[in-house]
Parts: sequence; structure tokens; C-alpha cells
Amino acid sequence: MTAAKTRYNYGTAILSAFEYLLGTYPEVFVMGQGLWSPWYVGNSMTALDQKFGKERVIDTPVSELGVTGAGIGAALAGMKPIIVHPRIDFMLYAMDAVVNQAAKWSHMFGGQAHPGVTVRAIINRGGEQGAQHSQALHAWFAHVPGLRVVMPATVSDARDLLIAAVLCGDPVMYIDDRWLYELEDDLPPVVELDLATQGPRCLHPGSDVTIVGAGYSTLLAINAWQSLAEQRVSAEVIDIRVLNPFTPDVIVQSVQKTGRLVVVDSGTRNAGFAAEVIASVAERVALSAWRTPPVRVTLPDSPAPTSRVLEQIYYPSADDVVRASLALIPR
Amino acid sequence: MSWRDLGDLADPSKHHGPINIDGEDPALLAERLRMMILIRMAEQHLAKMREAKLIGGPVHLGAGQEAVAVGVSESLRATDMVFGAHRSHSHCLALGSSLHGLFAETLGKATGMSLGMGGSMHLWDGPRGFYGSVPIMAGTVPLAVGAGLAAKLKGTDDLGVAYFGDGAVEEGAVHESLNLARMLKAPVLFVVENNFFASHMEIGLRQPLNATSRFAAAHDIPSEVVDGNDVVAVQKAAARLVARARRGEGPGYLEAVTFRWYGHVDFREDIDVGVNRSVEHLANWRARDPVARLVTAMETAGLWSPAKHAECTAEIATAVTAAWDQAMGDPWPHADTLFDAVYGRKAVRS
Repeated sequence: MTAAKTRYNYGTAILSAFEYLLGTYPEVFVMGQGLWSPWYVGNSMTALDQKFGKERVIDTPVSELGVTGAGIGAALAGMKPIIVHPRIDFMLYAMDAVVNQAAKWSHMFGGQAHPGVTVRAIINRGGEQGAQHSQALHAWFAHVPGLRVVMPATVSDARDLLIAAVLCGDPVMYIDDRWLYELEDDLPPVVELDLATQGPRCLHPGSDVTIVGAGYSTLLAINAWQSLAEQRVSAEVIDIRVLNPFTPDVIVQSVQKTGRLVVVDSGTRNAGFAAEVIASVAERVALSAWRTPPVRVTLPDSPAPTSRVLEQIYYPSADDVVRASLALIPR
Repeated sequence: MSWRDLGDLADPSKHHGPINIDGEDPALLAERLRMMILIRMAEQHLAKMREAKLIGGPVHLGAGQEAVAVGVSESLRATDMVFGAHRSHSHCLALGSSLHGLFAETLGKATGMSLGMGGSMHLWDGPRGFYGSVPIMAGTVPLAVGAGLAAKLKGTDDLGVAYFGDGAVEEGAVHESLNLARMLKAPVLFVVENNFFASHMEIGLRQPLNATSRFAAAHDIPSEVVDGNDVVAVQKAAARLVARARRGEGPGYLEAVTFRWYGHVDFREDIDVGVNRSVEHLANWRARDPVARLVTAMETAGLWSPAKHAECTAEIATAVTAAWDQAMGDPWPHADTLFDAVYGRKAVRS
């Protein structure tokens, strides 16, 4: 008889990271809106306040800036805080704390102080929620030196990148995605990763086309990989995982092999992260190695609609990724 | 004076006489005076060096406001976590930061308080409890709340301290911070240096009332409003609020009414720039000089003399010159330091 494996999904993997961190490190505490009634955040924070106490799992006033800034101050005082924003849209009030304070602190004081604060921001969309409940703003944060930005796409990364973020000592934006919460997987025991050594990873090797994603768009890439395989197209899927600091080497090596690049991004197009991926690869891959110009599959440059009919048009699907990939390949 | 109005504290023709030093320890008074003179002379020196273009970046000088930091710092200890803003030279010096470290930082030298990466507007002296100053209005106020919360979670009786001005209270960050500190019962001392000006704009053009402590009342935080040019009054009020916070009774708010002699930035007096800032107004405020008022009080009590004063200022002048000369000769940051501290450890590039 084999021991029953614990089956996790993306949401419970995040929960297990919180449980590991709060159970292992007394300097970890969590602060944000809705934490004593965490229905906003799916199954990712259930009962943490009951298990670890309301002193360390703090539900707060509706003050994104104040709470995020307090996380930075607590980190400077030696704690390892995790600040939770149930929608990334809601935390735009906290941009000064993240961009002007947390990201700059180490550099502007000569490396004498490091605010090791983790800001968990959740992307959620669809369901007719509209323009202010649907944004994927990871590219903004990836533009800021001094922030580490991670977007887990897999069940194991949902747990392990949160743990790595909290332990790395730098300010980190951990951006997870509600459209991934149902993903399931078995999880090995926790290994504490050094975030400074983490970067893009190949999830499926292939030879015809390189498809790159981050967070939810990696799931689209994986689903496209499956459809393409059925059509005898061998796609290589790369999950970016860490958007800042961004190390494109794995993607560069892949494109040197495939000569074709499709970048899938859950954000909008203009000045988005897909543009950074394409630029970084373009300047490193010899012109002769490209078989076709690279393409990107992104949201259109429009705020999110509410009407379900428009949502259908607005959000790219795995089929869009398949079509974009096939268009690069002569048949 | 009421929660609506600072009363005659806002009238610069008043409070020109000696401060009340009854019952104060003479040695302590001399120490306070010495620190206030040191801050005054440091600021005046920086003004000259900025005018001479030896300092390349902006300096926001606090001459005239010395009594606030000196009075507050007496109740603080090195394990408290103090945050400042753009006008924070006095805040660090009053905690014991060296003249040399401050001067070298204004010059962008590797030996500066922030290793030459901050300049006058970004100062850090962790070992003395100065956890950072930045020039974003109210930018550090929430950080001080977090520092206080951390102390509470760790079970110490240390404090977070936020210095900010009457301009910063117009930022939402301050109101979020006051509410959060009160709800978390975090040990935080909010110190408002109300100098009536945000850059060029007088408070009456920015707010309907001139007493910022009304915001403490709105958040159910006890406050004290004091003559910020009276070091004894500042010290006593700060000590009461600090003791309360250390006992676990929550945050306190100190409003110190004061005035800056220089304009918003650099060496000019900004009479021509300031809205409602006149020659007469400034002359009146200079007459409410926190240093002179303490000197007069101490001389009257036989605790100070012109001879002692001359000796003290000469000694500080020598220290200022020595610190400046040393800073001028110090090395610049090495080119690598541009990237060394973007992250705690350098990003590993494959």
C-alpha cells in the first residue's frame, strides 16, 4: 500500500506556502484586506488567522498605501512581511510605497538597508467584472529596478516562489492569477529556493517554435503545445517565472534552435512584457537564425469590457496561440 | 489655541522672550543648546557651500527648526526606528550622526551616511536609529507605522517615529497611517514640524485650519501642540507621548509649531518666491529664535555666559570646518556601486 499523496491545486499550494512560512519563521506575518474572511482569495488563505493568530494574520482597514508602506517599515525593522492585495487593480494607491520606497531603498542608502517585503497581488478577470477588476500590470513592476517580480504558472511554483520571495531579503512582487487556481498537481516536500538563481524554465522541449508565457499565459502556451502536438508541430514552451531581474538566456537558446518565437502575455500590447521578451531575444539571436519575425499574442490595447460578448473577443485563448504559431510554420 | 487654531503660536510677533527652564538640569540644558548650535551652524555651512556650488544637489535646510529634533531625540534610543523627509539634517544630527557623514553625503562621497548614494535628501544612519529620509511627501510615514508594528510583534518597547511637515498632512498616506497605527495600537510617534509652508505655499492657502493636530483627534490619537522653538516644551511633550507609546498605549502625535529661515530649498530666503512670506514675517520668526531664547534663559539663570557661548561656537565652527575639509578630500563612489546595491545580492546572470 502506498501512502496517499496530497493532491494540491494552485490555490492550496499558495496556502501551503503561507503555512510553511508562518510555521517556520516567527518574523513572517501577513497583512491585507479580507484576511479574516478570505473568500476574495479563493482557497489560498483559508483559516490562516485561526491557525496562526490574528496578531500575525492581520485584516486591515481599506488603506492599500498605508498597509504596503507599513510592510516596508516592518521589513526594515527585521520582519518578513507579506502584504496581500486581492486585486492588483486595487493596489495602484500603493505605487509610491512599492516603486519609490521599497524598490529604491537598498540602492539609495548604499546597500545598508534592504526592505525584504513581499507584496502578493492577484490578477483576476472575466466574469463581467470590467476595467478596474481585471488588469494584469506585471510589466509596470518589471520596469522598476530593485523590485523582484515573480509570476508562478505551475502548482509547485505557486508554493515555492512565494517561499523564495519571502526569504530572499529583497522587495518582491508575487503576482498570482485566479484563472490558475484550479490547476492540479502533486507536490514534493518544500525546498527553499534562492530566488536570485531562479529564472525562465523550459516546461516542454520542442523544435519547431518557441512559445513563451508567464503566469496564466503559460497555461495558454501549454494548452497550445498540446494542440500543436496533435498537428505534428513540436513547440517548446518556456515559462518566464521571474520577470525582474529578467534573464532571457533560456529563451534565447530556444529561439537559436527553433528560429520562431511566439510570446503570450496576459497584459495589454503597447510597451508590455511581450515587447521586452521579443526585444531581449532579438538583440541576442543572429538575424540568420530567425526563420520568421517574432509575434506576440496579448490583450488588445483596450480596457477590459464587462459584457460577456466583448469578453469573448477581448481575452486571447489557447486557440489564438495555436493559430499564431501555425502562421509561422510553412505547411 | 484650540483644535481649530494654533492661536498666538501662529503669530510670529509673539513668543520672542526666553523660554521657561525652571527645574531643568543645567548639564542637560547645555547639551541641548550645544546640539542646537551645531545643527544651526551645520545648516548655515551647507547653505554657503551650496551657494558656492560645491554641493551639486538640492539641500533643504532646517535653520530655525533645531529645537524640534533636539527636544524629540532626547526621549529616543538607538533601537527606535526614526524616519524623516526632505528636511532631515537636524533629525539625524540630533540622534548623534556625525557632521562628516552628513557633509560627505551632501557631496556624494563614498564616506557619506548613505555611502554617497543618497545625497542630502536620502539619509540613513541605522546604528543610531535613523532608518531613512526621503523627499516624497509623507513617503516614510507609513513605514514608521510598520516599524512600530514590528516592535510590537517582536515584543520590545521600541518605537517607530515619523517626522513630517504641515504639507505632508495633505497627503492621504498620513491619514491612512494615523488610522492604521491607531487600529493596530502600534507604538508610533508622529512628529509634525508645522512651519506653515509647503514649498512656497502658506498653510492658509492650502488648508482651512492651521492646526494639523485636528487630524490626530479625527483618528482618536492623543496629541500635544507645542511651541516648536522651545526645546524644553518640545522635550516634555515628546517624553509624555513616547512614554505612553512604550507602555503599549498606542501612537501619539506631536505638533511642533516652528519656522524655517531659509526658503524651501537651498540658501535663498525665498521672500520673492513665497506666497504670504514677507521680510517682516521672516524677521519676526527670526526673533522667535529657538537658540537665542534658550541662551537668554540660561544666561538669566546664570547657567551660560557670552564667554561660554563664544567658546562653544568656536569649538563647533572648528568641528564643522574639519568635517567639511575631510569630506571634500574623501573618495567618490566606485563605478561598481551603481549596480552593487540595486538588490540585496547582485542578480545572478546566467
